[in-house]
Amino acid sequence: MARVFLPQQLHRLTGGAAQLDVVVDDYRGLMADLDRRFPGFRHAIEQDFALVIDGDIINDPLLEAIPADSEIHFLHRLGGG
Amino acid sequence: MSEAISEAGAFRQIGTRPIRPDGLDKVTGRANFGADFSLPGMLHGRFLRSPHAHARIRSIDITAALAVPGVKAIVTGKDFPDVAPGDIEGGEGGGDYHDMAVNVMARDKVLYHGHAVAAVAATSTRAAEEAVRLIEVEYEPLPVLLDIDSAMAPDAPLLHDHLYTEGLPEKPARPSNVAQVMESTRGDIEAGFAEADVIIERTYLTPTVHQGYIEPHACLARWGQDEQSTVWCSTQGSFDVRSMTARVLDMSISRLKVIPTEIGGGFGGKTTVYLEPVAILLSRKSGRPVKLVMTREEVFRASGPASASKIKLKIGAKKDGRLTAMSAWLAYEAGAFKGSPMVPGVMCVFAPYDVPAFKAVGYDVLVNKPKVAAYRAPGAPQALFATESAMDELARVLNMDPIELRLKNAVRDGSQASYGPKFNAIGMEACLQAAREHPNYKRPLGPNQGRGVAVGFWFNVGMQSSAEIHINEDGTATVIEGNPDIGGSRASMALMAAEELGIPYQDVRVLVADTEAAGFTNVTGGSRVTFATGMAVIEAARDIISQLKARAAALWNVDVEMVDWVDGKVVARPGVNVEADPLTLADIAGQAAKTGGPLLGRASLNARGAGPSFSVNLCDVEVDPDTGKVDVISYTAIQDAGKAIHPSYVEGQMQGGAVQGIGWALNEEYIFSAEGIMENAGFLDYRIPVASDLPMIDTQIIEIANPGHPYGVRGVGETPIVAPLAAVANAVNAATGLQMTELPMSPPRILAALEAAKG
Repeated sequence: MARVFLPQQLHRLTGGAAQLDVVVDDYRGLMADLDRRFPGFRHAIEQDFALVIDGDIINDPLLEAIPADSEIHFLHRLGGG
Repeated sequence: MSEAISEAGAFRQIGTRPIRPDGLDKVTGRANFGADFSLPGMLHGRFLRSPHAHARIRSIDITAALAVPGVKAIVTGKDFPDVAPGDIEGGEGGGDYHDMAVNVMARDKVLYHGHAVAAVAATSTRAAEEAVRLIEVEYEPLPVLLDIDSAMAPDAPLLHDHLYTEGLPEKPARPSNVAQVMESTRGDIEAGFAEADVIIERTYLTPTVHQGYIEPHACLARWGQDEQSTVWCSTQGSFDVRSMTARVLDMSISRLKVIPTEIGGGFGGKTTVYLEPVAILLSRKSGRPVKLVMTREEVFRASGPASASKIKLKIGAKKDGRLTAMSAWLAYEAGAFKGSPMVPGVMCVFAPYDVPAFKAVGYDVLVNKPKVAAYRAPGAPQALFATESAMDELARVLNMDPIELRLKNAVRDGSQASYGPKFNAIGMEACLQAAREHPNYKRPLGPNQGRGVAVGFWFNVGMQSSAEIHINEDGTATVIEGNPDIGGSRASMALMAAEELGIPYQDVRVLVADTEAAGFTNVTGGSRVTFATGMAVIEAARDIISQLKARAAALWNVDVEMVDWVDGKVVARPGVNVEADPLTLADIAGQAAKTGGPLLGRASLNARGAGPSFSVNLCDVEVDPDTGKVDVISYTAIQDAGKAIHPSYVEGQMQGGAVQGIGWALNEEYIFSAEGIMENAGFLDYRIPVASDLPMIDTQIIEIANPGHPYGVRGVGETPIVAPLAAVANAVNAATGLQMTELPMSPPRILAALEAAKG
């Protein structure tokens, strides 16, 4: 099971839930699962957030595998100067 | 000079300090920058800019201007297509395409003094200026908002009638000047402060400042009757200029080629467009090439500065220095359109520390100033100025060494970052330990002198990069990539290619190519080029090596699995019966025609594995109590660079960031009249530090290898500007006994504080 930390900016969609455990194979499965639980979640994530798998920031996720026992975060996409 | 503590791997050429490939051209004046390009029949462009900071445009009459001899084209907002809203990728909360289009040329309103209202192309600059003078614009002045408090007031006049605050649980009933609210919390903040023995609570202010790049924005555009356009421009990202310009003009990106010129500094300020769409439109209207070059005054008035900020910070700690809670209220000015770096500010304000409870709330606030642009580690210098000033005060209150206080609370490998994931292989602790042991931390101080310490942090990013390597018939190589070289990246690309291919650095040339010659590559920014584009160069070189092995195997008539690449040569594996000497790159390149044709390696990637970077800065100042003048007498920048590919250019980044941060701390600020007119729009009155103001900036590179990069690289370009604001401020406060919290700590402000302290 992967542990998913839900971004605070989207807690309005998650009913206040901050984290949950999921069993998914990949990012697309993760989005499908979260969007089913929290309608609108996928759209909000894909607009503004990068995926983080065990500390590795992925700006444009789609095909990534979600390892069992991984720690998943979503961060606002960053650029820089 | 630097002293490396190396945990990175052993290399032959990585870590050496060869001369940069573009060095001779740049020191002899042979390099061509944005304003250096001309074409036959070229016209010269000039802008009409708003004399008001906020006004409705009632009418624009260009009749008299068009009659000026030599005038070939005039454009106003009516000549531009409507652009639909849409987020700009890769920015810092970055903004919106519709806003960008309206920023390039005002439509129904002007939103800051200097906002472009019209542009003229003429056969001479004199004719263009005369025409600009004759354009008649009728304005209806509107109330001007120049600071966070005024813009956030409940009854504040609005910059945009349809801007509603995002990030709230429900869409608000009324529009606002606050574009976005963001909150980040962890733990029980009230219990954390209740548990504290000591609480520090202050409000910190930073001014609007400019990146101060020496080369103003410049471009040359040629529209062709086949509707193919070419732009030569000074930019940090030619592909970004292509996509932004195409969006503003509603054209296909296939119709636009962007050729990046050499660039005289950017620091984040050249990651957007101001001139290019206007130049193309003028070229299309006139049928001739058009050059647009900003004056320095225009750079100040109309390009994007860094946000002014107001941050209310509160920290609680036990008597032993252990932090119990931190909270921050952070407001960043966005300028006239949404998109300040508030989001990264909220994400990094507590990043250096492992604190059990925190709450940060950020606000993106619109004011009647130019739309802000990125400036090295956008949002972080303001945020860490507050945090590190408060930490310094906490150390004084607790009578603790400021480095010991930070070590006690520092994030380490495995710490949960305040912005989310766990840290891995970070250098925060190593930088603090190096600072504690540095001779400059032990040097005795004299009268009116003080020492400041501060920590810096930046996330660093990956993003998309491409690289090709072409092997010449003599075994030398050409690297083709798409990142304009600002900080010595040609040298770092050449070093990485040479290291992989086993050839001398001098045998590798690096070409920064245009948007039709290089593979897609994101902007030179985010401290990403040596990390991400370097990763592409390494992969392209490894592509070459796999081809070399295949060709050597064919020459030896053995299976490719029977050969290896060792020390820059293809060798047969032990036990393989080959009666031939190992083959170098040159050996195989010389026979390329007979073994399959030219050798070309390439790689394109969306880089993962960016490693965050920490720094610690030490600053000693002497304050003249009679004048308030501050002299920086010693400055030391210590930073984790991962593996330093070319240490001199890493040190250069550290020194440059320190100098810009010193300027931000001591002198730099936009000074506005009550009407919103910048009163110091030139380098005589906007005081950036020059060499004679400063001591040699001492550097120490810490090398904690980033496991996300094949050589251990992590970005180095942005972290250096984060710590100096607080390091300098803490030194000034130590020297004077004051507790100043507003930048810049300029002589008048220090003198006033000293006078006030006397009572």
